[in-house]
Amino acid sequence: MTDTRYDRAPGDALPSAELQSATRSDIGIYTLGLALAVILTGTSFWVANTSLIWPPGIPLGLAVLAIAQMGVHLVFFLHITTGPDNTNNVLALAFGVLIVFLVVAGSLWIMANLHANLMPGPELMDLRMQH
Amino acid sequence: MNVAVTLDEIRQETLPITSEAGPAPKRIVVAYGFWVFLLSDIVMFSALFATYAVLVNATAGGPTGAQLFNQKIVAIETACLLASSYTCGLMSLASGAQRVDRTYVLALVTFALGVAFLALELREFVGMIAIGATPQRSAFLSAFFTLVGCHGLHVTAGLVWLAVMMAQVAIRGFRPNVLRRLLCFALFWHTLDIIWVWLFTVVYLMGVHS
Repeated sequence: MTDTRYDRAPGDALPSAELQSATRSDIGIYTLGLALAVILTGTSFWVANTSLIWPPGIPLGLAVLAIAQMGVHLVFFLHITTGPDNTNNVLALAFGVLIVFLVVAGSLWIMANLHANLMPGPELMDLRMQH
Repeated sequence: MNVAVTLDEIRQETLPITSEAGPAPKRIVVAYGFWVFLLSDIVMFSALFATYAVLVNATAGGPTGAQLFNQKIVAIETACLLASSYTCGLMSLASGAQRVDRTYVLALVTFALGVAFLALELREFVGMIAIGATPQRSAFLSAFFTLVGCHGLHVTAGLVWLAVMMAQVAIRGFRPNVLRRLLCFALFWHTLDIIWVWLFTVVYLMGVHS
């Protein structure tokens, strides 16, 4: 009955203190993460420069690739998992993502509204911006 | 006897859940607190990202991102930071296994890659300022230098921290408190890489594209 389970810290590859030796599989986790990150980064740079993709869709594609790469970093480098021993870390992350979303989307939304409602037409806008 | 048999039959899932297993080890609590700090740092960066996204077209007749940014330099910077994140992860494994020499070597590689990243970024900034694209030139450039410069300052702080940690390993060895600080450093360094992913996507790739 000494089979106690421990919480896991973010960035902590090893759940318990007894297993404190780097094994081949631990290095493999980081290597797999690096490989995935390199593939996603390479794809991002390719998407930004290709003429194969419909140009207005490129920013959306880049955003999706960035979200995917963020997920790769969180799972393979920071070792955030969905396991029951990681609930605290995941909840904190979820709250952080919520705040980030509110700040970024809210700012863009309200500033686009202000821009559309308060700014003069495009001709006058050019003059003002060049001032 | 019946009781003993019943206890043996209890499956793994019905063992005490984490909150009933006593207080968490200090390592867990420290890393969780640092994780909360990192998330607050990410929230601060999100405000800078929002500012940049709002001001990206306010160039005031000055140079735009498409004219200023050099994708090759950005690709090399990204490679440096990603590789240093990888060596930093290997360093945490080495320090967890109490292997001093391996930890030093990997820390040195991490440090060198971080310095290379910073040197490239500073070179880019100096080049931009030399052609008159200073932070004072337009709202776009103010937002650009604030956002990218803030990430650069974080990398600088991380390099200082890494040097201090190596001195602590040399003087104090792998004591539990030193290991906890190394864990926090690794978290910090990986998080900077996540922020850089958004930086090169939003600032450089979307900037070059539009």
